Formats: sequence, structure tokens, C-alpha cells
Amino acid sequence: MIASDVLVAQNVGFAIIAALMIFGALRVVTTNNVVHAALWLVVVLAGAAAQYILLAAEFVAVTQVMVYIGAVMVLFLFGTMLTRARIGAEKDLNNKNWYIGLPVAGLLLVTILIALKDGFGDEKMPADADLFTVAQVSDLIFGPYLLPFWALSFLLLAAVIGAIVLARRD
Amino acid sequence: MNTVIISTELAYWAQSLLRVLGGLVAVLLPAGTIVYIFLFKMMSFMQSRLGPMEAGPYGSMQLFAEVGKWLQKEDIVPAAAQAEARIFKMAPLIVLASTFLLVVVVPFGPDAWFTDFETGIFYALAVGSVSVLGILIAGWSSANKYSLLGGLRAAGQLIAYELPMVLAVVGVVIQAGTMNLQQIVVAQNAGSIFGWDGVGNPYILTQFVAFLIFMIAVQAELTQTPFDMPIAESELVSGYMTEYSGFRFLIFFIGEFATAGVFAMIASILFLGGWGVPFAWFGWTDINSVDNWMNVAGPLILFTKMLVLVFFIMWIRFSSPRFREDQLQRFAWKILIPISLINIMVTAVFKVAF
Repeated sequence: MIASDVLVAQNVGFAIIAALMIFGALRVVTTNNVVHAALWLVVVLAGAAAQYILLAAEFVAVTQVMVYIGAVMVLFLFGTMLTRARIGAEKDLNNKNWYIGLPVAGLLLVTILIALKDGFGDEKMPADADLFTVAQVSDLIFGPYLLPFWALSFLLLAAVIGAIVLARRD
Repeated sequence: MNTVIISTELAYWAQSLLRVLGGLVAVLLPAGTIVYIFLFKMMSFMQSRLGPMEAGPYGSMQLFAEVGKWLQKEDIVPAAAQAEARIFKMAPLIVLASTFLLVVVVPFGPDAWFTDFETGIFYALAVGSVSVLGILIAGWSSANKYSLLGGLRAAGQLIAYELPMVLAVVGVVIQAGTMNLQQIVVAQNAGSIFGWDGVGNPYILTQFVAFLIFMIAVQAELTQTPFDMPIAESELVSGYMTEYSGFRFLIFFIGEFATAGVFAMIASILFLGGWGVPFAWFGWTDINSVDNWMNVAGPLILFTKMLVLVFFIMWIRFSSPRFREDQLQRFAWKILIPISLINIMVTAVFKVAF
């Protein structure tokens, strides 16, 4: 591989953002305040959006910001603050069975690594790869992939209606 | 782009410096103008008084006096909030950062833009919603029941009114066929109404329903009366801002009016043709044939349109009573969202039909 194939700036950016994301993810599970955990999760999600930008997938990046930071995390914080959000440190935030998660996480990591290695091997994305514009993405969604898109929409609609049915008492 | 473009002659660092300075001007200048013209003078006029008159001619230097006053006040963190002092101090910065992120996609002229982002309007709506985060943690970290109530009300309201805002924009995006704000401007000014191109085709004519919904949603996003339940000063003593003093209060204050300016700019880009004049006036056909002087005239045109829209926002703010919490939620979910969905359907049908 010749040096000009490597996108130095992008790789340095990736490493910095990835390190921030890992640190944020660790703080999510180690911090002793629910709201702090939620805010560290915002850091992780914003990092994911930044990584998408590095991959030139700006539509996905903006969607990530809108859905996860603008909606999911706000609802999450909203919910916690309505019910329980004490100021300062809290005890008993850790589930005492937390170590069961470790093998599951390890298994997931191994699965993803095998899948990536199996699927792509040593294949590299060319530095001058064609970028997908938003119009192309929408042409794909509303063209060849219309049926899966409909199925997904239907699933989400069913989930929304189910949530309302479960939440309403009358 | 037919003659000299400033951005091709400068080094990258100089361009970036210019863009940062331009961003500061684009946020602070509208905020200052709005506060002086509307908050000081127009409100006073509507209430039959003079407003500030001492500092400078007609009180025009009052802004600088106010900023100086706030900057020298003590930066207080309430004793109960000491445990969360860092988050308490961070919250106003998140709100202001969201405003600066918003202005990044606003085009001011054919070449006068910060970034030519392909998903421009979608990006603007996404980063606009980040300010909710700042407001929520401001309310929470103040360690004060009224602040928390204000923060929660603000979050509920901003989530509710973001939906009609997004859905109203979809109509414009369908009609323009692009999410890029620059191309939306060009599509309006290069357009024609049944062959007559005297005024271009501003989308306020075809998307008037969307325009109304967008402006109502902006009013609610800015928590201006009649949607000022979250900061209701008579019952919540300014809600999430209660505990802030000194320059952190100033940041909230600048954030509020700068966001009003930026949202008004985005509304004028979406519905009033943005920086452009109808291209037919000067025989331009597309963005490449626009004369270079538009880079100077464009920002002024956009600024004028922004002031007109902010005038309406402030007019309603100074002259209407407050919605009750349940009324404003019902208004968003049961009236605005269904109407904007119908608007999307009708627009899509017309887009396919013509």
C-alpha cells in the first residue's frame, strides 16, 4: 500500500473521536448519577454522528443527531427528571449482576469481528469512492427497497399503537 | 461566480478565520438589532412610552451599557447546585452553541456562505433541537423546583412543536426538490408563476399553510408569548433561567434573540426567496450567472427580510396572552400536525400532477 492511499487526516480524526466515544461509553456505566450517564451517552451518540460525517454519510449523520440527540436523549432526560433525578451522587445505581454482561459483550465483539473479516477481508474502500447523494439514497429507498421500507414503517406504527394501548388505562 | 470570488484567492486559514468572524457577526448583529429595535423601542411604542433614551441618541447605546452591566455582575452558582456546578455552567453554552451551529448553513449570497451543505435544512432542524438539551439540564442543575418545572415544560413544548416545523418544511423540500438551502433560494428566484417571472416564485404563495405553521412553530420554539409557559415570569419566575446571573444569563439572552434571528433567516430563505431578487430582473438564469455584487447586496436583502419576519414574531409576542399548558400541547398535536400532514399530501399530488 502506498502512502498516498491513506487518508491521514481522516484516520487521525477517527482515532480521536473513537477514543472520546470509548471514554464516554465507559463513563456511562461507571458514573454515579443518572443524568450524568445520560449526558455521557450524548457524547457517545454525537461521536457516532461525527464518524458518519468522516465517512461522508452526512444524511445518516444528521439523522443521528436529530433522532438520537434531539429526540431520544431529550425524552430520556425528560423521563428521568420527571421521576427520579437527584442532584449529586447516588448509591445502588449498579446492578449487582453487571458482570454477566461481560461475556455477552465479548461474544458480540467476536461476532462482529468475524462477520467483518468474513464479509470484507482485506478489501479497502477506495479513497475516491463515489459518494451517495441524498437524492440517490431516497431513490433507492423508494425504488428497489420500497417493500422493506414499508415493512419497517408498519412495524414502527404497530409499536407506537402498542405503546399507546399499554399506557392508556381507560 | 463569473468574476473574482473571494474564497478562491485566500489561503485556507484566512478563509476559515473569515468564516468564524462572519459567523460571529451573523449571530450577534441580528441579536443586537432585534433587541434594540423590537425589544427596546417597539415594545415601548406599543406601551405608549419612550423606552431607553439616556445612553446615546435615542438610547441607541443602551445595548452596550446592558452588556457591560451583565459582564461585571458576579457569576453565582446557587449553594444547592454546587454539586452540579459544572453542568450548571455548561448549560447556557450548549444553547448558544446550537445557535452558532444553526447559522452555519444559512446562505447570505451566491458565494457568501459558510458551508454549502447538501442536507442543509434537515441539518438546521436537527441542530436546532440540540438547544433543548441545554435548557433541560439548566432546569435540572439549578436545584430549584421552579427551574425544573420550567425546564420540563420547555422540553415538552419544544418536542411537540418541532414536529409541525419539520413537517411544514417537507412541503417546501418537495416543491424545491432539494434540501440544500442555497438551491432552495435559487429555485424560488429562478422560478416563474405560469410563465410570469416578475417576482420569481416565492414559496410563501404556494406554501402559505406551511409558512403559517412554520412561523407558529418558530414562535413556540423560541418560547415567545403566547407560548411562553416554560419561562412564565409571573408563575415560574423565568423558569430554567431563574438561577442564572451575570454573563451566563447574558448568554441565554443572546441565545434567545440570536436564535430568533437565525430562524427568521431560515424562514425567509424557505418562503421569501432568501438573499435573492427575482433573477429575471437582471437577466440571470441560474446561480452561476448571478452578478458578484449580490454577495454584498444579498446579506442586506436577507437581513431586511429577517427583520420583517421578526417584527411579526415580536408583534404577536407583545400583544397576546399566554396559552395554558394543555392548550398548547393540544394545539400542536391535534391541529398543527394534521394540517401539515395534509399539506404534504396536497403538495406531493401537485408536484406529480404538474
